[in-house]
Amino acid sequence: MLAYLVRRLAWGAATVVGVLVFLFWLFFLYADPQDVARRAVGEKAPPAAIAQWLANHGYDKPAVWNPAAPLDTRLADHLRRMLGFDFGTSDADDTPIADRLRRGLGPTLGVTIPLLAFGLPLALAMAMLVAFFRDTAIDRAGMIASVLAMSISMLIYILAGQFLLAKLWRWFPISGFDADPAVVLRFLALPVAIGVASGLGGEVRFYRTVFLEEAGRDYVRTARAKGAGDARVMARHVLPNALIAVVTNVSLSIPFLFTGSLLLESFFGIPGLGAITVEAIQANDFSTLRVMVYLGALLFVAAQIAADVAYTWVDPRVRLG
Amino acid sequence: MTAPLLAVEGLVTTFPIGRARVPVVDRVDLAVGAGEVVALVGESGCGKSMTALSITQLVPKPGRIDAGRMRLAGRELRGLPVRALRAVRGGEIAMIFQEPATSLNPVQTVGAQVAEAIRLHERVGASAARARALDLFESVGIPDPAARLAAYPHELSGGLKQRAMIAIALAARPKLLLADEPTTGLDVTIQAQILELLRSLVQDAGTAILLITHDLGVVNELADRVAVMYAGQIVEEGARAAVLGAPRHPYTNGLLRAMPSRARPGERLAEIPGAVPAPGRWAAGCRFSDRCPLVFDACRERDPARRALGGGAFARCHALEGAP
Amino acid sequence: MAPAVAGNAIAAAVAAAGAVVAWRVRRSAYRRERAAAIVRRAPLATAVVALYAAVALLGSIAWTDPVAPGTVARPRSLIDRCFPADFGERSYSAPLAAAEFYGGAPLAHPGSHLLGTDILGRDVLQLALGGARVALLIGGVTSALAIPLALLFGVTAGYYGRRVDDLVFFVLSTLASMPSLLLLVALVMVLGRGTFQVCIALAVTSWVDFCRLARGETLKLRELDYVQAARALGVSDFRILWRHVLPNLSHLVVITLVLTFSRLVLSEAILSWLGVGIDGSWGQMIDQARDELARDPIIGWNLGAASVALFGLILAVNRVGDAVRDVLDPRTAREHA
Repeated sequence: MLAYLVRRLAWGAATVVGVLVFLFWLFFLYADPQDVARRAVGEKAPPAAIAQWLANHGYDKPAVWNPAAPLDTRLADHLRRMLGFDFGTSDADDTPIADRLRRGLGPTLGVTIPLLAFGLPLALAMAMLVAFFRDTAIDRAGMIASVLAMSISMLIYILAGQFLLAKLWRWFPISGFDADPAVVLRFLALPVAIGVASGLGGEVRFYRTVFLEEAGRDYVRTARAKGAGDARVMARHVLPNALIAVVTNVSLSIPFLFTGSLLLESFFGIPGLGAITVEAIQANDFSTLRVMVYLGALLFVAAQIAADVAYTWVDPRVRLG
Repeated sequence: MTAPLLAVEGLVTTFPIGRARVPVVDRVDLAVGAGEVVALVGESGCGKSMTALSITQLVPKPGRIDAGRMRLAGRELRGLPVRALRAVRGGEIAMIFQEPATSLNPVQTVGAQVAEAIRLHERVGASAARARALDLFESVGIPDPAARLAAYPHELSGGLKQRAMIAIALAARPKLLLADEPTTGLDVTIQAQILELLRSLVQDAGTAILLITHDLGVVNELADRVAVMYAGQIVEEGARAAVLGAPRHPYTNGLLRAMPSRARPGERLAEIPGAVPAPGRWAAGCRFSDRCPLVFDACRERDPARRALGGGAFARCHALEGAP
Repeated sequence: MAPAVAGNAIAAAVAAAGAVVAWRVRRSAYRRERAAAIVRRAPLATAVVALYAAVALLGSIAWTDPVAPGTVARPRSLIDRCFPADFGERSYSAPLAAAEFYGGAPLAHPGSHLLGTDILGRDVLQLALGGARVALLIGGVTSALAIPLALLFGVTAGYYGRRVDDLVFFVLSTLASMPSLLLLVALVMVLGRGTFQVCIALAVTSWVDFCRLARGETLKLRELDYVQAARALGVSDFRILWRHVLPNLSHLVVITLVLTFSRLVLSEAILSWLGVGIDGSWGQMIDQARDELARDPIIGWNLGAASVALFGLILAVNRVGDAVRDVLDPRTAREHA
């Protein structure tokens, strides 16, 4: 087990370094630093100011290879700083990125954790229900509803949700955020509800397929031949076997939580990591955007490794060695 | 003659193929007496597995049983309420399947699966069920049964898996065992052991077995009576010695002659010309007519009826009508 | 003039590609039967997709009329030509209204804006129809970039294995680990805002899944008896790949094409909302209409038209995608035979 974990960590590290190199190429080699500097300092700034900005942000060093001092290159700087979580300052307003991230983490978790905690069991339950009543009117209605729900853009969900639930019926505030525990739920309720609703269509369809696939397997036939009823078969045989696919799906959708919350936070005025990212995009703040992509990749790698460990709990055939 | 334990009359199970519903089990009559071993023989796709699944009403959708009566110890099985049907499954009629690797739940220990079979039919506590599971494992010949209870299916060899399947099937002391190709895919030595196990079941516990197989060697080892199936119909049935020694139906005859053990070295293997038709694409009249060496006009016009040939033998063949 | 030329070229290329596909399907009875099965399973959806495609095609064919010297000539597509030349108003107007929404001044074309006009006075129906072109462009051009790339890397990795496979797998892992929306935005910000750049960005973020799929299938195909026989006979790798491996991947290509289409279009909508999308797309319409629902009285026709147009296409493509997968995927085809 330990050897396997070490190997996976090594893979994770290699992937993260790969991501950083890719980001370096994209932002530093492909994009022209002069453009970035000009955007930050101002189009009409004097060349001296631009040169100063470039020096401050480390753009004046050689990119990849420095014959004089091999480790004093932009690439090495970039790697060293990112891996050390030294994120520097934002291109847009020169505030430290790390501070903003720390402040934004809480609100983001406040949206994404309930999203997962409510969304997953709900999707599983609905998928099980629909699979249980396979080929009946319930199943067909469920499938049609899923396809319809899947085909609506998240933007529409958010706009419609805001309009109906906040403006028209006034159940929730339209947007905003107050970390005071007494009222924070009111502000989180609508984004979480809409986030769950927008993902349900695709999730139910996916899990239904998984359940039906398991339900068609031979061991289910054996269970029935033993005299087990449909409910027991679903709960004791199908579901435990389906958990393997559930773990995979959840681990792959962790990054989606990250980006899905992008829209939710922005529309609902929640000052989380997603909102920070959107601001960075609109302000052409490459530094912050870079850090966000890097963190997203880190999260993904961590989720994959966690999933591998989870497989051992869920599937006795998996032996990590 | 005492009433048979299982009496199947006129069973018809259909599947939709294209736009029509095709009877993959067509007017099958079967009887299995208490403690008797009846072999249902035929090539792949002839409908024998579907017959077994029909008896326990586990026909997978979109198939369904369209007609027929199935009586177990006098009680009609079709139309039973769901609760009663579940009590019959496992409690009175048990099934074992061909691929033990996929027929066992991979994420549950085999001990748990046996215990489930026990507790579905008897009100016992967990530890009592475990004790009984241990006994069952011993009786089916699983070595080191206590340790094996905690094993997962993938940790067992093919032979042990099949023994575990049999233990599961026997857990609620059924009177009838439907064994669908129980030895196919196993090593020859393991096959012999499983057959021995099944034989001891019949002798010691008096369990009746409906043995479904395409292996005539297995039939010879175990069966008291034999029914031969072709294209969804039973074309011949009778005592084992009679059917295997002196077959009446041309299909049975062809099958037996095609066995490699019957060929002489250097000789071309005898074969039945043509191929088994896909369900629904049968010849008009008798389904074997397009491959039969004895075919004549009546064969192509009318499907032959099941006729008694005396001595407990039956066959469907125009050529045998009027024969003693 | 450039957009018009590009649009016409793409329209011509699409028409040519469509003709080739249609010819190949007609020639093979097997393919005809498959195509018929797909249409049978989702007749309405296929018709809707065809309708959108037709509108998109018509919207791509554009040319500039000669104008009086001194005025700017803008190319007008066949769709544009269904509407009068100077169809704009000054600002908002409700569907079929005769007066402006704010202020009540009379319109230049009273009663002829079926879906009203937007904040810049443009006819909403015309915009909505124009959006079809952008949507199909996104799906088509992106797939045309992503699929060959994915095939190239996936097949090579699966066929040659070992080091090549490791390298490709590493590249895939690296790309796949970055959140796709963020990567998408980063690419667009760096590459620049333009239709082609957005398509490239979309291609980079969507080729990974298909590449993995192609690699997996190639691994299986490589072990097939007739492929091994061909290698033993000394047939060149290229021939084997071209004649034995690639044709067996064609059903995967079709399934992937259709299934990722909706994802691509929805991604672009979000890009538009973030300000880095393609001009003229429904996403952009939705973005511009963002705060219209908050007004009093609400303005809903702009957002409504774009949403319905987007929803209609995505739903139809999803339905067709399901039908395609049911018919072409060998694992599920048996159940639905």
